[in-house]
Amino acid sequence: MLDTDKAQNPRVVFALIIINKAGGLIYQRDFHEGLTKLSVNDYLILAGTFHGIHAITARLMPRPLAPPPPQKPTGIEVLESDAFRLQCFQTLTGTKFLLFTEPHQTNADVVLRRVYELYADYVMKNPFYQSEMPIRCEAFDRHLGSYVKSRQ
Amino acid sequence: MSSAPSLNLAAQAKSLTSASAAGTLQQASNQSGLRYPTNRKTIYDRNLNRSRNAELSRASFAYLFGEMVSYAQRRVTGIQDLEKRLNTQGHPIGLRLLDLLLYREPARSAQRPTRILPLLQFITTTLWRHLFARPADALERSQNNEDEYMISDNDPLVNQYISVPKEMSQLNCAAFVAGIVEGVCDGTGFPARVTAHGVGTEMWPGKTVFLIKFEPEVLERESFLQKP
Repeated sequence: MLDTDKAQNPRVVFALIIINKAGGLIYQRDFHEGLTKLSVNDYLILAGTFHGIHAITARLMPRPLAPPPPQKPTGIEVLESDAFRLQCFQTLTGTKFLLFTEPHQTNADVVLRRVYELYADYVMKNPFYQSEMPIRCEAFDRHLGSYVKSRQ
Repeated sequence: MSSAPSLNLAAQAKSLTSASAAGTLQQASNQSGLRYPTNRKTIYDRNLNRSRNAELSRASFAYLFGEMVSYAQRRVTGIQDLEKRLNTQGHPIGLRLLDLLLYREPARSAQRPTRILPLLQFITTTLWRHLFARPADALERSQNNEDEYMISDNDPLVNQYISVPKEMSQLNCAAFVAGIVEGVCDGTGFPARVTAHGVGTEMWPGKTVFLIKFEPEVLERESFLQKP
């Protein structure tokens, strides 16, 4: 069942966005042909808006739970629509990784973990990168590209 | 100059950046800059062969080297100056590694290289294996200048996580490794200038060539030694 599902819906990663802890867009990349291009400004607004919504959802709770949950709520993790699935991963330091995939994509969290690893390696260990600033690291681009390609 | 050649790459590198790191440590512990392990055995008190097969975490080295690059970058005027500084940071490591690695060779083969070729072989095999756990990828003699030799490394460990910004595209942080090689050459009595040059290909984007240019007196001596 799952295998035929996979055959009909090849795993497609559409795009990746990285938002810093202040809500600023620091990385945006499309992996798929034919996506609607937004202007740089729109991407910035999108990132800022998501940052705000994420902060609100972290505080929302429908009703008080009798035993308080063991962990603090972290905010939006997945957002699903007919056209795409958005998986959000927030690091301990507040950087957010958003992965836009095809709606039936499985294991998006695994992909995000690996992207986080690549970020830790090729962005954070690069002495020329200033934290919280836009990411312009050629080695990160290269390894990210080959990783996403290898999964499709 | 310290007489203890037991420092490995990391310990040496640590002492180089200690100027910046020690400041914060001192404030935290409010003690003198030199910190002793609880059993009072510093790296200087240990047997020289103790760390022979010791390995380091690649991630911690990457962070350390990243700090060394930023530290050097804070006080420089240009790219050449920065490469010079990285080279200077590596030079004493090469001088000390020469003694250490010769000491660790089996007794019958523990000889200082006295000719150019054995020296270069020592660098590309023994030194490279000690530092990067693999030999260098190629050793060539320059076609145009007979005093120049080239060692290639397809993916230098020090550059693994580094992306040099476009406006500094001339820079190659492996200048640090070039400094180590220069230290070994100087220590054996083959004064040379060693520089690192990026020659990335599609398959090896980080490929680096270390250009070793020996001083004229080295070649003069070499030609004397060649005569029967």
